[in-house]
Order: sequence, then C-alpha cells, then structure tokens
Amino acid sequence: MAKVTIPIGPQHPALKEPESFIVTLNGEKITNLDMRLGYNHRGIEKACEARTYVQDVYLIERVCGICSHSHSTCFVQAVEEIAGLQIPSRATYIRTLIAELERIHSHLLWLGVAGHEIGFDTLLMYTWRDREAVMDTFAALTGNRVNYGMNTIGGVRRDFTKEQLADVLKVIDICEERTKYYIEVCTQEPTVINRLSGVGYLSHEDAMRLGTIGPTGRASAVDKDVRRDDPYLAYKDLSFNVITDTHNDVFGRAVVRVLELMECYKMVREIIARMPDGPVTVKAPRKIPAGEAFSRYEAPRGEDTHFVKANGTDKPERVRVRAPTMANLQSVAKMLEDNNLADLPIAIAAIDPCFSCTDRMIGVKNAGGIKDTVRWDDLRNYSIKWYRQQGIDFTGLNKKMANRQE
Amino acid sequence: MSWLAKLVTWARIKSPWIIHFNSGACNACDIEIVASLTPRFDIERFGILLKGTPRHADVLVCSGPVTRQIKDRLIRIYEQMPEPKFVVAVGTCSCSGGVFNGCYNVMGGIDTVIPVSAYIPGCPASPAAIIDGVAKLLGSLQGKKPDEKAEIEAIVKKPLEAETSTNG
Repeated sequence: MAKVTIPIGPQHPALKEPESFIVTLNGEKITNLDMRLGYNHRGIEKACEARTYVQDVYLIERVCGICSHSHSTCFVQAVEEIAGLQIPSRATYIRTLIAELERIHSHLLWLGVAGHEIGFDTLLMYTWRDREAVMDTFAALTGNRVNYGMNTIGGVRRDFTKEQLADVLKVIDICEERTKYYIEVCTQEPTVINRLSGVGYLSHEDAMRLGTIGPTGRASAVDKDVRRDDPYLAYKDLSFNVITDTHNDVFGRAVVRVLELMECYKMVREIIARMPDGPVTVKAPRKIPAGEAFSRYEAPRGEDTHFVKANGTDKPERVRVRAPTMANLQSVAKMLEDNNLADLPIAIAAIDPCFSCTDRMIGVKNAGGIKDTVRWDDLRNYSIKWYRQQGIDFTGLNKKMANRQE
Repeated sequence: MSWLAKLVTWARIKSPWIIHFNSGACNACDIEIVASLTPRFDIERFGILLKGTPRHADVLVCSGPVTRQIKDRLIRIYEQMPEPKFVVAVGTCSCSGGVFNGCYNVMGGIDTVIPVSAYIPGCPASPAAIIDGVAKLLGSLQGKKPDEKAEIEAIVKKPLEAETSTNG
C-alpha cells in the first residue's frame, strides 16, 4: 500500500499548543513520526541575561503557565545555592505546599484532557469543575489563579494565617472524595480501560533507553522521583510513596497520576500539620557572587532542571532550563510505532506535553563533522566542485568575462 | 439597518463560534480559556462554541505574544476565517508582548501582525475577564459603547453565579 504523509499542526483541534507532527502512514498504521518544535520559542534564557535576578524570577515563572511554581522554585533554589542563602524553614514549607497544590491542579487538568482526547467529555467537565476548587485556593492563598508570584530570592512573598491553612484542608477533603471516584472511573470503567489499554506501549527497556521521567517513566516501572532520590524543599521530612506501574501504556500513566493525587493530599495534610513558625524570608543580596549551580525539581510532568551561572553582578551570566517534556518527547515516536492514527492524540496527551516549557534553543556545534554554518565562499567553492564533477567547467568563461570587464 | 442585516447581527450575537489559537503563550491563558468553557463558568450558555477549524469560526481568540515562527501561521489562520471576523487578544502578552517584550524571537502583541477587536489584559486573564471581554465585543456589534454590554438575555438575566459546591 502506498505510504501517506499527513501533517498535524501547528494549529490542529487535537493539539492545544502549536507544534507540528509529520506522520507517515501505511494504511491506518503509523510507520514514522517526525516532530517539529519551536513555535513557542520566545528566547527566555537570553532574556534572563538582560534582567536582574528579581525580575528573572517573574520571567522564569512564565516559562509555563501550568507548572509555573516549579520553574520559579527551581530557579531560586539555584540562585540561593550560589549566594549561600539559608532560607527559613517556614518558607520551605510554604513553597512545598504550593508545589503540591500545583501538582493536584496539574494532574486533575491532565485527567480532563485525557478524557477529552478519548471522547469522554464528561470526565473533562467533572475534573475541571473540581479543579476550580484548587484554583480558588490558589486565588485565596496567593492572589492569582496561575503564575502565583510566591517565590522571591531568600524566601516567599506571602505568609499564610491558620484560617487560610484550615480552608486548604477543607478543599483537600473535597478533592480527595472526588479523586476516589476518579480512581474508580480510571481503573474499573470498561470504556476507559478498553480505550487506554495497550495504547502507546513503551517497554521498561525503551523507557530507560529514551530517558523518560516523571509519571510517563513511572508508568513503565522507571522508579525515579527527585523528591525521594535527591530531596529538596521540605520533602525529606515528609513521608510519601513513589507510585510506579507496570502496565507500560496510557492506562498505566493514568493510574500513576490518579494515585499520585492521593499521595499529594496526604502530603498537603502533613505539611500543614508540621508548618513551623517564624519568618518567611531572609534578606538577599542584590548582587549574587560569582559561581554556578544546578538545581533539580520534580515538576508534575517530571524532573525539571535549571542551571544558573552568576558573575558577581546583579544579572546572571547564563540560565539554562531543561523542562520535563523535553526528556519525554522522544518516547512519543517509539510509543506510536505501529499504532493507529486515531491513537495519536491520546498518546501525545499521555506524556502531558507542555511545549511552552520545551521550546528552548539548542545550538549544535560541529556534530559529526558537519559545519552548522556555511560561508558564502564555501558554498561557491562547493558549487564549482559539483559542476566540475558533472563535466561543466566555468573557469575559462569566468576568465573571459573578467577580461571583458577590464 | 435593514431587517436582514438585523437578523444576521442577531444570529451572530446569539451564537458566536470561536477558535482558539496559541501564538506562543505560556499555557496559562489557554488553560483559562478552556476553564471558561467548563461547568464553573460555562461560556456555552451564551451560545459560544469552541470550534476546531478557522473556516467555521467568527472570533479568533489568541493568547500569547507572537513568536517569529508562528507569525506566518497566525496570518494564514486569520485569512482562512470567513468575513466578518473578529480577533480577541487574551492576556497581557497578546495585548502588548508583556514580559516577553524585547525578546529576540517575539514580535510583540497580536496587533503587530493582525488587527485586534478586543483586548483582555491579565496574567493570565481570568475566565470572568474573558467572558466580560467577549460580552463587550458582542455589545460593540450592536453599536454599543465599550462600557455598555450586549443585550443578551442570558447575560442580563443570569448574573455570573459561581458554583461553589463540588459534590455530585
């Protein structure tokens, strides 16, 4: 059968963000998947170098509008490490609280999107309604629904009262009740099981080889979680389980996420019970001493890493962001091999892609001996050589032309 | 206004179909646009429907600053929409470029590339603000001033009641 190539994106109803997939089909089966990214590239890393550290916190927060706290926390952790700042323990607990609430809203959001992609819009409407309870909590705690602006270098910008924290617990109770229902839907509902089982299969070996992280990797039994492996913030004081699954498919990824929600509720309760008293911020210097730091953070989608290099001024010399989707994206091509075209939206949605996080620029310098830039002279010499190989020589003609001009 | 034009305006205001396009946003505004379609805010009660193709849409809802790579696609999608067409810029970035103004890969606001009918600022613009902005756009179709809203029965009769209970 003849092979057909279908471009999907940059604007497509199945995709929520601009990215382009070029799918090669043999009948209904996908034989090859090519991705084209960069539609969302805004040049944040370069912009960071032109702004001060405090301005960068707000800019970095806008790398992604879903895991905004993840990026800003990861960045300030690196800056604080360079400056040698020890932030108050109440500030670490507040950061951890916002981080876990963010994971709750992100996973509920994913569940809704997954429901939408498999034509189960009721699930979308249910989860997004419950997610609004978490968004209200954010609005009450931080003053904004998304892009909370909680972090600053040396601590957090707002302190919470006991009443506010008590309100969080009430919301957590409602969400936990609802999540129990979603666990039932995801694990017992025949339509969901039949639609998700076996779709986007990624074996444990492939998951390890392709370096998948976060819930995508944990659904293929990749037992990695920065919160446990390299504890940051207040995670070393908290008890939680790292959820893994051996289904290796989209169904497993859904199970991992809904079960992680239950761990989040447990953690939020623990954080609020243990919340220490004291100040929420220490004074940070305007100029950060020279040095470099690498910071890790378990974002809702997987491990987020930031690298910051300081040169002693009030502006960083280099900021590098590696968002979790970047690590997971390569696995999509493997997942979709020999799958139906109709499985493409849910398989892509299952890694919970965030292309605004991912679109960083990477320059490749002389990889494999190929020059990344070609000068005009090189191009001209190449063309002369190519024509000579074809048996055409313009040397005599060029000389004649030059003589005539003189 | 002839009776036919009145009828067309009435129909257009009763059910504007929108298409959402992310022109390099950070996802926050996009999520808020989708959130305004879900039960809490339920923009569909005003007849507003999210469509998948620009050829079926009356209103292009854009979010985010325009990156250099997305510029040509945005113009192409705008040109594919049938007349009359309206563009709503959601979020500070799409109004003016926001925090990304001056980045090497960012053109600026949506209005640097295509004409914009309504601006909804906010980082991100909250669903309530998005509904308000769309209602004002519909009002302007009826020849109202920006501070007057459209005479949509639903907006007049049903004030925005946020559903607080989440059980069931």
